[in-house]
Formats: sequence, C-alpha cells, structure tokens
Amino acid sequence: MTEQSPVVDMRGISITFPGVKALDGVDFRMLPGEVHSLMGENGAGKSTLIKALTGVYQIDSGSIRVDGREVSFASTAEAQAGGISTVYQEVNLLPNLTVAENVMLGREPRRFGTIDWRATRRRAAELLKRVGLDIDPTSLLGSHSLAVQQLVAISRAVGVDARVLILDEPTSSLDADEVQELFRIIRSLRDSGTAILFVSHFLDQVYEISDRLTVLRNGTLIGEYLTEEILRIDLVQKMIGKELTVLDDLEKRTKATTDDEGDDSHRGDVPFLEAIGLGRKGTIEPVDLRIYEGEVVGLAGLLGSGRSELARLISGVDRPDSGEYRLRGQKTRFRTPRQALKNRVVYSSENRRTEGIVDELSVRDNIALALQADRGWFRPIPKKRQDELAESYIQALGIRPANPDALVKNLSGGNQQKVLLARWLAIAPRLLILDEPTRGIDIGAKAEIQKLVSDLAENGMSVVFISAELDEVLRLSHRIAIMRDRSLVADIENDDLSTDNLLAIIADGSREGTPA
Amino acid sequence: MTKLMSNRLFWPIVMLAALLVVNLIAFPGFFSIQIRDGHLFGSLVDILRNGAPTLIIAVGMTLVIATRGIDLSVGAVCAISGAVACSIILGSPDPGSVATVAVAIGTALLISLVLGVWNGFLVSVLKIQPIIATLILMTAGRGIAMLITEGQILTVRSDPFKVLGSGFIFGIPVAVVLAAVILGLAALLTRRTALGLLIESVGINPEASRLAGVRSKGLIFAVYVFTAVCAAIAGLILTSNQTSADANNTGLFIELDAILAVVIGGTSLAGGRFSLFGTLIGALVIQTLVTTVYTVGIPPIATMVFKAAVVTAVCLLQSPRSAEMIAAARARRARRKRLVDDAASGSGTGSGPLTPTRSDSKEVSV
Repeated sequence: MTEQSPVVDMRGISITFPGVKALDGVDFRMLPGEVHSLMGENGAGKSTLIKALTGVYQIDSGSIRVDGREVSFASTAEAQAGGISTVYQEVNLLPNLTVAENVMLGREPRRFGTIDWRATRRRAAELLKRVGLDIDPTSLLGSHSLAVQQLVAISRAVGVDARVLILDEPTSSLDADEVQELFRIIRSLRDSGTAILFVSHFLDQVYEISDRLTVLRNGTLIGEYLTEEILRIDLVQKMIGKELTVLDDLEKRTKATTDDEGDDSHRGDVPFLEAIGLGRKGTIEPVDLRIYEGEVVGLAGLLGSGRSELARLISGVDRPDSGEYRLRGQKTRFRTPRQALKNRVVYSSENRRTEGIVDELSVRDNIALALQADRGWFRPIPKKRQDELAESYIQALGIRPANPDALVKNLSGGNQQKVLLARWLAIAPRLLILDEPTRGIDIGAKAEIQKLVSDLAENGMSVVFISAELDEVLRLSHRIAIMRDRSLVADIENDDLSTDNLLAIIADGSREGTPA
Repeated sequence: MTKLMSNRLFWPIVMLAALLVVNLIAFPGFFSIQIRDGHLFGSLVDILRNGAPTLIIAVGMTLVIATRGIDLSVGAVCAISGAVACSIILGSPDPGSVATVAVAIGTALLISLVLGVWNGFLVSVLKIQPIIATLILMTAGRGIAMLITEGQILTVRSDPFKVLGSGFIFGIPVAVVLAAVILGLAALLTRRTALGLLIESVGINPEASRLAGVRSKGLIFAVYVFTAVCAAIAGLILTSNQTSADANNTGLFIELDAILAVVIGGTSLAGGRFSLFGTLIGALVIQTLVTTVYTVGIPPIATMVFKAAVVTAVCLLQSPRSAEMIAAARARRARRKRLVDDAASGSGTGSGPLTPTRSDSKEVSV
C-alpha cells in the first residue's frame, strides 16, 4: 500500500476531564481508502479521541488536520459538514419518527421552502438500498430491531457525502450475517475512497476488515501497525499491557469441574429453580428449564432468538402467561422484579444504560441501590456500611476511577458494568442472570467478569450466562441451553462441545448436533 | 472561589442577597426586627410569613419533580381545603370553638389526602403523564371548591382559625413555624432515611430502579399525596389570613410560583437530584421579589415585568451553558496570566498552540 497523504491527521492531542487525563499527546491519522481500527481497553481513550475528532469535545492541546487544513469543529454538525460522519455505539436516532425522517433528518429535500416528503422518502429509500436494507421508509424506526436501527444509522451517515466514516462498535448488536452485510458495505465504501474508522471489541472482525490498527492504552498512544504485520497475541498484549493467561486457566477449571461432576451429578437433587412450560404469547414459546445450585447455564442463540426474553420471564421482569415456576421445589410466582429479588433471583439487563445504571447517582449509591430497595426506605444503610460496600467492590472488581463519589455517567462502559455487577452481588444473589455482561467492554474487563462468574458458581451461586459470543458461553457454562426462533431447542451438558457443535444447533434448530 | 461559583445555589443566593440589599437601600429600616406585644415584627418577618404557603407547596413539589413528575393541581387543592374548612366553620353553631376549627382543619386535610390519592392513582397506576393527570384536578378542583362554597365568598370570623394565618407561637408567626416544620420533616424523611435516594433513583431511571427492586409505584403515589396535603395546609393558611374562602382566587397561580421556587433552587424539571434547601432559597427569592416591588415603589402595572426580569436573570445565570462560559473565561484569563508569567521568567515554554476553548456541544437524543 502506497503511503498517501492522510485525510485525517491528529497530532499531540490532549484532553483532560475533571480529575482524569483522558488523552495525553496522542497522534492519530487516517488514510483514504483504508479501514483503520482503533484498539484499546475501556477507558483507553478511544471514544474520547473520536469525540475530539467529531467536535463533541474540545482539545486542550494538539492539532487536528483534515485534508491538510487545520480544523477545530465546534459541533458534530460542523464535523459532518467537514466530511466526517459518525455512527455511535448506542444508536442515536429518534425511535418515534419514521425511518425516512431519521435518514434524512436535517437535510430533507425542500421545495418552495417546505419539505418535499415524496423526495425525502425516495432519497431515503435509495440510501437504505445502499446499505442493503429493504424496509418500508415510512415505518416507525422504533418498530425495528436494534440491528436494523444500526443499519439505518449507517445509511444516514453514508448519506452525508462522508470522506471519513466513524463506526463506533457498530457490530455489537448484529448477528453474524448482518456483520457480513455490514462488512460488504464497509468494503464498498472503502473502495470508493472513504477512510473508515472502525472500533470493535471483536478481534475476529478487526482482523477481517481493517487494514491498519492504532492501539491506545490509558490515554496514551502505544503504536500504529499494519493489521497483516501484527499477531493477535501481540496486539492483545499491547492493549492490556500484560500477558493474558487468566482465560486459559479459567477454561481448564470449568472443564475440570464439569468432568468431576459428570453428566448425572444432579440426578436426585432438587433444582434451585425450575421452569415448567413457562411462556408468554408472542414473546416466547413454553420452555422447560432447570437450574441447579452452583451451576452456570449458558444461554446461546442468535439475536432475537428469545434469550433475553426467557431471562426476563424467569426473573419476574416480564410476566409469563403460561406455565409455572418452582423455587427449590416450591411453587412460586414472581409478579415483579422486586419479588424475584426478595428470593435472591437477579436479572442484570443487557441494556446497561437504560435498564441498568442510574447515571446521575454516584458509584456508591448505585452499588447500594438494590440492597437499599430490599431493606425498605425506613431502614437506610448506614453511611459507614455504604462506604465499606463501595470500597470493597471497587477493590474486588477493579472499578476505575476508584472513587465512590464519582457519578456513574462519567465511567467507561466496562466500569459501569462492574458497578452494576457490584449492585447485584451486594444483595448476595442465589441465582444471577447476566444478560450480555461483557458486551461492548474490553478484553481485560471481560476476563475479569468471566473469572468472577466462575468463582461465584464455585461458591454455590447459580448463574445464567447470556452472550452472543459462543467462545465465552462455552468457556464458562456447565450446561448450555440453546434458543432459536423463540423456543428452546436444546439443553445439553457442556463436555467437549465446540463452537461448531453449537453453531450447528443454532443454525438448524434440531437436536442432531447434541452429543449422545 | 471557582468551586463556590460552580455550586448550583451560588446565583440564587447572590440574587437573594442582592434583593435584600436593594431593599435596605430603599428602606433603611428594612432589616430591623422589633418585638411588639411579645411578637416579632419587621419586613423580614413579613417575607417569611407571606412566603410560607408557597414554600410549603414547593417542598411537596420538589419531591414530585424529583420523580420526573409535576403537580399543577396544588392551587385548586388550596381552594378546596379553604372552602371545606370555612363551610364547616360557618355551618357550625359555635364557629369560635377550638373543637369546630379542629374538625374543619382535620376534614380539609383528609379531603386533600383523597385528592392526592387521586393524582397518585392517575400517575402511578394508570401511567398518565403527570402534567395531564394533574391538569384534570387543576381545572376540576376550582369547580369542586365552587360547589362547596355555593358560589359565595365565605367569610369566617373564628379566632382559633385566624391563628393559622396571623397568629404567633413564641413570638414567631404560626405560618412560618408550620413551613419550618414541614420543610424540616421533609428533609429528615428524605435524607435521614433512604427515601431521598430512592426518589432520585426513580426520577433518573425508572426502569433501572424497577429492576433493582425499588417500589416506584408506591413512592410516586406517596409524593403526590404528600404534596396535596402540603397544598391543603397552604390553603388553610391563605384562607385564614384573608379570613375568607374564595373558590376562584385562593391559591391562584401558586402552582407556578412553587414550580419556579423548585427550579430556582436547582432541582431539574427532568427529575433526579433534588435540593430542599435550594427550594427554600427559591421560595425566599420569589417572596422577597414581591416585597421589593412594594418597598422600592415600582408601579403596580410594572410588577409582573419586574418579577419576570429577575427570574430570567436567575435562570440565565444558572444555566449550564453560562456556567461553562464563565469557566471558559476564567480558564482563558488563567492561561493568559501563565503566558505572561512564562514570558516574564524567560522560560517561554510555548505551551502549545492556543486553541480557543468553546463550550461543549452535546447531541440531543429524545
């Protein structure tokens, strides 16, 4: 690849937030017709760097050049006008408007000073076609799945004649086919000369799509590499700054416990929780599921297969309309999450921001919340005890910054996830249902959370672990339940299962892939 | 100093102080408090006493707003409670007896409790948007009050009832004592228990709170009931002070003053973090403003404009954007000073290119 002049050239960028140096003299450049991946753990400064480029944050020092001209965008609108378009990790569109309105928002074709709706719809349909989306432009955005919304966001970004397209975790809610579709679009944009900045925690995807990598760690630049010239293991080490043997150990340990117990270890035991024909019309077909004490049950399946929906029924977040529930053999019903929590059944939502953290409250308050709700308002947790709780979880889970007074909204995604975990652990759950606990967080934090799950199960807690990443499910689970098209299609012990076995079951939905 | 200025209550307190100084200049005896017949008298005492009804309602309103709600019906509840109390007193054979007045007050409070339950039911069980839900009682409530008074202005002569509005306890106006007790009670209940945390949590993220086991339905119910009772107490004070219940005018527009007090006090209308102390400052600013109009001698026709100007000033100074602008101006000055110092010491480190600091632009997502 010949060295062309970079379309984006950032030099010595520094940004300081109250108490945190988010970026410290970082250089970053993007070449036209290249896919460039920005790599780093949570809090490494990836998002901050992107926001500095797109005019969301103002830089304290350094310079930004686009096409050789020094720029300083005051807003994302200015950045867009300068040819830099962004699709953020969490879809930032308006669910109560139509798809066409979302795609064209702010640049609707006009006629006689009013919006030409027919042209708006037509133009939107063209843009949607470019990203291979075949949906009705007049339908409400909110009626579509997150994956589709993501593609709508991309078609919106493509619509502005973007010289630079920034995709921040675009694949975190897409399934494998949708990812390939997205990559096809990325490649065609790249070939037409667009510089693409791709941020993802999925290493496979990074290696598949990107030409060049820039690694950040703790707000500083580690280096820029050509993708074909750096080995994965080296990349990971550069990102986390240490050797990654934790995961291997973990795998061995899970395997060991599974082998010890054997397949029929639970025979005769009363399961901690048993669902019999539990279902909800239009959401999930009746399901039978048993969860034993100290067991990690992996819940696998494609996006929209009913993984989260099943978890929400089990934990009283949504109400089932058929079937029954047994808790340690006793018939029970959870009408609300509160009742489930009273029985120490916890659901940790996949939607960290909207259903997890309370962003304007401090780390301490967030950790104490569920415990406090459980005790009732008239029995406040003493201040000293709150501090102890916060301190101990900050220490145990490595929450950064280690400041119990920090507002949770100022933490990175991985740290927010840890705060959420701390909240649940504080009420000493018997069954912990973790819905995508590692989504959108970095490898180091991922490993820590996986290790935590494993430790908890060893101490007798039951865990339901939901993840789109099959490796992760395989690594942690004693047993794996597989969902497809809103029903449970397989429930199998995890001994010597491979990703291929799982994929086979997920794909064809039969039990043929089940080992005898 | 920077820290002090970034405090949300900095500008409201400055405004309050400024208003008091204006009054002092216009009327040198403004701060003097005398004891007459064992009672406190003076302009400051008047501000406290006249501001008491607004403050009492604003305390309830703070909690409602913290849950992302709003209660427009408080003025109507004032009118109803005044009407109920007055009609009972008038209808009794012995309007001057303490027992009659106690029954009248008790009934008025009980009815307000029912009205609060109505609001709470609409908002927390039927999930109607608070502004719509309480609009119902705001409009219907004055009609109910009208029915109770049969369209008359009920004038009562009852000494025990008069105490509420114009009486004294240990030399302090009863209304002020009531307001202090309610404010203190609310502060104690929210900050000494976990009520405050749970209310804020529900206001910031209702769904996350539900998943964490917070009983948001009950909490939301409770704040509307509490606010209705506050409104009833305020209504009784107002009625007692005027010695008459007027279905049309008792507590008219008091909901707006109460909401304003809460907002000046730094509690966001979007819900979440709240400050009862801020609400106290807010209520005092509003009442001092009204008093200033009289002491400075602003013509009555210009009163509303004057009030609007002051409120606008507070809101502008308090806005996040102006806080950023002030911070940016300070940073610029500090940097310039540093450059000058560097140059003076001859060490000219260059300190990097000067990028103009601009305020943060955030994307708006609905």
